[in-house]
Amino acid sequence: MIFSELYSAYYNAVTEILKAAIDHPLQKNELRKIVEKHAFAESILNIEPALYEERWQLIKPGGTTIIQNEPSMPLTLIQKRWLKAVSLDPRIRLFQDEPIRFPDVEPLFTPDDYSIFDRYSDGDDYGDEAYRANFKLILDAIRNRYPLSIAMDNHKGKQIQTVLLPEYLEYSEKDDKFRLIGSGRQLDRTVNLGRIKKCEKYIGDYHISPKHKKVKQPESVVFELVDRRNALERVLLHFAHFEKQAEKIDDVRYKVTIHYDKDDETELVIRILSFGPMVKVVAPVHFINLIKERLIRQKSCGQ
Amino acid sequence: MAYSEVVKNFNCIRDYMREFYVYGFKSRNEYTRKSGRSYDDERRRLESWLGDYMQFRQTQDGKNVFISIDSRISRHNPLYKAWKAKSFTDGDITLHFILMDIFASAEQALNINEITAEVDRYVSAFSEPRIFDVSTVRKKLKEYVTEGILVTEKQGKVLYYRTIEENTLPDADMLDYFSEIAPCGVIGSFLLDKQSKHKEMFAFKHHYITGAIDSEIVCLLFMAMSEKKTITMETINRRNDCVLEKAVVPLRIMDSVQSGRQYLMAYFPMYNRISSFRIDNIISVKINEESPQFDELREKLNGMLPYMWGISTQGRSGQRMEHVEFTVHYNDYEQHIHKRLERERRCGTVEKIDNNTSRFTADIFDASEMIPWIRTFICRITDIHFSDSELENQFRGDIEKMYQMYGLEGGERI
Repeated sequence: MIFSELYSAYYNAVTEILKAAIDHPLQKNELRKIVEKHAFAESILNIEPALYEERWQLIKPGGTTIIQNEPSMPLTLIQKRWLKAVSLDPRIRLFQDEPIRFPDVEPLFTPDDYSIFDRYSDGDDYGDEAYRANFKLILDAIRNRYPLSIAMDNHKGKQIQTVLLPEYLEYSEKDDKFRLIGSGRQLDRTVNLGRIKKCEKYIGDYHISPKHKKVKQPESVVFELVDRRNALERVLLHFAHFEKQAEKIDDVRYKVTIHYDKDDETELVIRILSFGPMVKVVAPVHFINLIKERLIRQKSCGQ
Repeated sequence: MAYSEVVKNFNCIRDYMREFYVYGFKSRNEYTRKSGRSYDDERRRLESWLGDYMQFRQTQDGKNVFISIDSRISRHNPLYKAWKAKSFTDGDITLHFILMDIFASAEQALNINEITAEVDRYVSAFSEPRIFDVSTVRKKLKEYVTEGILVTEKQGKVLYYRTIEENTLPDADMLDYFSEIAPCGVIGSFLLDKQSKHKEMFAFKHHYITGAIDSEIVCLLFMAMSEKKTITMETINRRNDCVLEKAVVPLRIMDSVQSGRQYLMAYFPMYNRISSFRIDNIISVKINEESPQFDELREKLNGMLPYMWGISTQGRSGQRMEHVEFTVHYNDYEQHIHKRLERERRCGTVEKIDNNTSRFTADIFDASEMIPWIRTFICRITDIHFSDSELENQFRGDIEKMYQMYGLEGGERI
């Protein structure tokens, strides 16, 4: 099963401790560093005495170990079943052309067992060979820190050329799209992979100063919600992926603060509107006005 | 019992994680279900596992603890850490590393007596060696055979054990990605723990991480479905804390990437219908016998999907099918609105009436599921009609209330 000590941080930490002790007699400070890196904040309080008091009989008093081979464990059945299930996903070909082969196990799940019902339908085309080639080149460029020359369609359908130093790929599960986030001299440092027409390594010097990095513009919105029609749970789950704070005002009213990036403001406006009269934005004024503008326009639609 | 950072039962921590992460406004006194000490222990564990993600706020009612995570920034789901905190005995961990070492050195399969003798030899290096009797070793070996890390073979009447060949670890980038977006992604996270340090290249937008808490339940449901078996599950009604046992045939897990909820679609024989069940409300799953109807029921569900906006299989109107249609108007420079309708329409139909007008229509089991989505078009809805007049009145009434909330009943200026 998933909740097993075989996958625990403690077993992982002890694996690393034993690797070190096979190599050389282990000192206490080294052990502490390993535990700090591989386990939890308070783990040292348990692991160190357990090993040195010989309750876990693995490390000898001089810091050497009774273990002779570098500790390892074969993949468990559930790990193989999960990998086999993942290999049925078309996106696996973004990473490898060869299928994952575990002939002796059944996938943990298949497309018949699992689906997403509210994903947008215009996601990236992972079956497209050119898309996959671009994806692999971008990963390589991020890993090895070199700029890319990219020809793409902008949102108006017009072809443009840009040079970017790729930093990371951002994936949206709702949109089923990848975006490349990079640094560059042009203002637009975000590229939708699905819009790329051509992508190649940029030959030549390309220097980036800190001002060419994409800077997040943190904003926040505060709203009050009334817990009717299960709104409290729906709203807090819906906005769970943002950094947020919730406070109780009285038995049915709550105040919620959401921190977001300015680029996502329009999306946030319509997401708040989707909760109807259960949610009322109370700050800042410019956000209240964005909601009001839409309501005024709606009024003029006569509905 | 003395406090320990690790736990035996995940369900103890599951509720607290959800409360701290999703809600985060309750003070210690409001966690009435468990004792104060239980609250203190769980809070301390979560602090130990999650570090800076745990935050505090002082209010009039006391100190509120909450988990604050911007999932767009953290490259890996921090909640997975809870799955790596299973408790074990001193004997478990000692035996684990010794057994793995014995099998790494062994050139051939070993029987229980040979293995136990080897274990004794290993621990004899200590002044007070632990004693592992044959039955303890056999129990552990059996456990590892079930986990798939050892295999058995019979030679005559004697059972021999050997480890299976090491598999090459999968690509780290692939694991970084799928451990975040695939169901039971925590298993990918376990595999990542075996990888050496590498550059993490993915971030995730609109990323709901709460489902991680329910991974074991989801895993059991997948196992039941892959064997076409029925299950008995305990579900909780969180409004009244009432726990019920239900026997169902699990048919599919349906995930929402817009609300963060996961559902089990299952046939509920008691009501002779296919229904949805919130997975975060499932407390336990027991896998039972094979269902002879499984294939037929799944076919039935597949036939229902084109009429489901989300997961509801029945509306409030009592009609089997409900009709919805609405028209939106947009300016010349807002042609993306039509594209938006196209990509978000699911089982509905979108028709372009003219260059500035589009109409959406759908015939579905439960039109009320569509209302939050329709509200996202507020500012351009010129016409709307529901076959369920009560629902239509509610929709229109809600918009009126919004006008009032923002002081727009009369004047229309900001």
